Amino acid sequence: MTVADAAGRAGSRRGLALGGVAIVWIVLAFVLNGRQTLAVARSDLSDFQRWVNGVNEDLGTDRGGNAVLRVLDGLSSALGSVVSTLQGWFSDAPAGRPVPEVGWLGVVAIAVLVVWAVAGWRWGVLTVLVFGAFGTFGYWEESIDTLLVTFLAVLITLVLGIPLGLWMGISPRVTTVVTPVLDVLQTMPSFVYLLPITLAFGIGAAPAVIVTAIYAFAPVVRVTAEGIRSVDPGVLEASESVGTTTRQRLLGVQLPMARRTILVGVNQTIMAALSMVTIAAFINSPGLGVPVITALQSLDVGTAFTAGVLIAIMAIWLDRVTTQAGERTGLVRSPSRTRRRRAGLVGGAVAAGVAVYYSRLYLDLAAFPERPDLGSPVRDGAQAVADWVSDHGSVVTRPVTEAFTYGLLNPFQALLADSPWWLTAGALVAIGALVGGWRSGVTSVACVAIILAVGIWHEAMVTLASAFVGASITILLALVVGVWMANNHRVDLVVRPVLDTAQTIPPFVYLVPALALFGTTRFTAIVAAVVYAAPVAIKLVCDGVRGVAPTTVEAATAAGSSRWQLITKVQLPMARSSVALAANQGLLYVFSVVVIGGLVGGVGLGYLVVAGFSQTELFGKGLAAGIAITALAIMFDRMTQGWVRRTSPTNQVVG
Amino acid sequence: MTEPDQSTADGSPALRVDHLWKVFGPRADRIPGSPEGELSRAELRERTGCTAAVKDVSFEVEQGEVFVIMGLSGSGKSTLVRCLTRLIEPTAGEVSIGGQDVAALSTSDLRDLRREQVSMVFQHFGLLPHRRVVDNIAYGLEVRGEKKSERLARAQEVVDLVGLGGYESAYPDQLSGGMQQRVGLGRALAGDPSILLFDEPFSALDPLIRRDMQQEVVRLHREMSKTMVFITHDLNEALKLGDRILIMRDGEAVQVGTPDEVVGAPADDYVRDFVSEVPKSHVLTLRWVMRPPTSDDVLDGPALPVGTIVQDAARTVLRADRPVRVLDGDELVGVVTEDEILRVIVAEEDVA
Repeated sequence: MTVADAAGRAGSRRGLALGGVAIVWIVLAFVLNGRQTLAVARSDLSDFQRWVNGVNEDLGTDRGGNAVLRVLDGLSSALGSVVSTLQGWFSDAPAGRPVPEVGWLGVVAIAVLVVWAVAGWRWGVLTVLVFGAFGTFGYWEESIDTLLVTFLAVLITLVLGIPLGLWMGISPRVTTVVTPVLDVLQTMPSFVYLLPITLAFGIGAAPAVIVTAIYAFAPVVRVTAEGIRSVDPGVLEASESVGTTTRQRLLGVQLPMARRTILVGVNQTIMAALSMVTIAAFINSPGLGVPVITALQSLDVGTAFTAGVLIAIMAIWLDRVTTQAGERTGLVRSPSRTRRRRAGLVGGAVAAGVAVYYSRLYLDLAAFPERPDLGSPVRDGAQAVADWVSDHGSVVTRPVTEAFTYGLLNPFQALLADSPWWLTAGALVAIGALVGGWRSGVTSVACVAIILAVGIWHEAMVTLASAFVGASITILLALVVGVWMANNHRVDLVVRPVLDTAQTIPPFVYLVPALALFGTTRFTAIVAAVVYAAPVAIKLVCDGVRGVAPTTVEAATAAGSSRWQLITKVQLPMARSSVALAANQGLLYVFSVVVIGGLVGGVGLGYLVVAGFSQTELFGKGLAAGIAITALAIMFDRMTQGWVRRTSPTNQVVG
Repeated sequence: MTEPDQSTADGSPALRVDHLWKVFGPRADRIPGSPEGELSRAELRERTGCTAAVKDVSFEVEQGEVFVIMGLSGSGKSTLVRCLTRLIEPTAGEVSIGGQDVAALSTSDLRDLRREQVSMVFQHFGLLPHRRVVDNIAYGLEVRGEKKSERLARAQEVVDLVGLGGYESAYPDQLSGGMQQRVGLGRALAGDPSILLFDEPFSALDPLIRRDMQQEVVRLHREMSKTMVFITHDLNEALKLGDRILIMRDGEAVQVGTPDEVVGAPADDYVRDFVSEVPKSHVLTLRWVMRPPTSDDVLDGPALPVGTIVQDAARTVLRADRPVRVLDGDELVGVVTEDEILRVIVAEEDVA
């Protein structure tokens, strides 16, 4: 009773303090508007940014002198030749040949065989359709390149990541060391990875493989370790009691029992890799990202849509196939079925071999035929819709855009970016400490200091305003849809598959429809961010609400609660930690897309990162922007994690 | 079960536990032997933040004996049995198995001890879900490096021994709980250990299956006469299986004795309360109910050995028209009449 009282008092004191901070902040911001905002012109560089530019130039001109760079370059060129060899086999004609070594028929046959072996024949049939779409949409070569870079990166990630995950799973000390690194890797928006990578490796296919491998690293390590740790301790003890060595336990008990979980990690890794490969087009990675980015930059919605649809199809296909493969492991088949399956696979392999052979003989089977051409109608149709929307749709979209811009975005921007820097910084630290606890407060101080040090304060606050609006909309959406889904089974049945699918599509594909609807405004990036972030947040809220014990709900209903009382007094309070986690994930997802939004005329840090790629004199500024985004993301991650921890029923770390 | 014949074997106990302690918490090693060690559990926790799961326990188990450790949940019995092979490291005290000091063993010697000499059966079975029954049973042989053909042959023998014939190729999740525990039992037996440890092996099973499995243990003990240490919270199970019983409470040993000693002469109110529901006539022997002969007694009636269980003696005593003589060997140690028998059977009175 007293404990509950104390907790309640602490809660209301915290609420009062937050309200106080907000009032002081708003009043002072109003009074001091426009002073000491640290806004600088685009070409004005801070010392840090000039220094980065210098480093970048030095690395660009003279790389031979430095031993570390020679190693990096060696690695890069080795990977580069692996990629070009693979391309020569499957996608791009090598020197001296008009077509790749294996023609399209051979590639499709190999793909179908592999998918059939790991995921069953139904998915093999679907694979024919998916690869057919690659070709008939006119992006055969780009699609195969995307798959090649993805798989090479995933291979590297798994070879390094699974052993590290195993080690983490059995050693608490390794966990302590590795976890913070993984945290930062997973908090950093994908786009931010690219600039430092170009600093070390330059641009091209090899750096694309490396950055993808790094980006996809965290999920597999984490999930593998989690799989190892969640092995039934009773089984482990029984195994220890017969005198097993650590190694025997790891290989004979933990690894086989964690296999399914590890395969979930492999699936997550593949999806993360695909999303990074598409963005890596910024550093000249071959693949489907290239047409999307080129088209987005010239505001060619039709082309961006066509290539974007292929990315989405590829993502959904990869996700389903790898999920299916994971679910089939450990399947016990009868001996006769095993024999039939083996015979079928051998037959399939022979057929694939024949297909490869013929695809090397006949040009029609080597180069994907130009007809039927489905790409042009899709492109023209999408463009026509986009044109119609921009001509007529503005009746709807303009008011929406303006309402959000004047009602939410501008006030927030005034509060965050147009008030004195020390006021905003102080308010952020105070809020960080109040919401997330003192540790989060310390993190906030450090992150604010970093943003100030790299000399990019004003732009960072402009970005934060966008991200904050995006996150608010996301959380609102998550609460409404999540609670609805949790209370209505039929809605859940319809909505959940849509959310699952939406979650697998790489984020910057969402920029295409957003651009078509809202043009090149700040709002476009926010819309894309919300669409990308909403599925995960909705699912978290829904699962949290559904996790409330049915007996509690029954008791509340028996006491005569109305539906609204049930939701506001029982379900949401009891699912508080899930809501906090939804806010955490939603915010991180929003950050990662708001940054990419710089591509279509957003403002703030995202624009600077994009500019950093195209103009060498802005490289330093772009990198500084990347650092600032990461600092913002970490600050808000810690803040919301602290909130999750505080509200979690068991008081354990979630996520 | 028969009384353990303490004079056989080479005189050395199979297992000896001497002043064993297990304390969980910060700087746990300072507690044993210190004044804090005398405190009750709650006080110790209050003052030091430590919990004494096992508190200064000593006992010996003879070769071939079935030794039952009994207590309620939280009494420290499961921690105690894990300390025997250092699945949990003891805080203080000594464990010796077959004359070896377990605490002094190196990691690899300890592994050999677990591989060759001591096996354990667990409450929740601890089976490997991705291996067939026969591979689970052969697991211990596999980790000690036996050839595949040999270990499968041995595992097949054990499959038949524990009554799993026909289920060799099944996976654990295809079996009922009782069958799964037979696999656990088989795994423990496959390595032909000299000591078997059972940690509440039948608590998770239905009552009827539990009774079958208890019979199974009795049978296996009769056939193989292995030393067994059996943990349970079920007093009836303890009385049924145990040659001797150690009763634990809050980490301390309260009483050690044969079933009839525990029921006939409970060491304190805790044990008395514990055994109060036991049908005494099923456990007590004539030693506990006889009275000294008086000059009035006619001493030419039937005779019974002093170790006869009351229930078994009832028919003879009630039919006789004079006191029944109770003999220890050839010596007359007392007499019993209808009165004594009926007091136990009908009134269920305390004898102590």
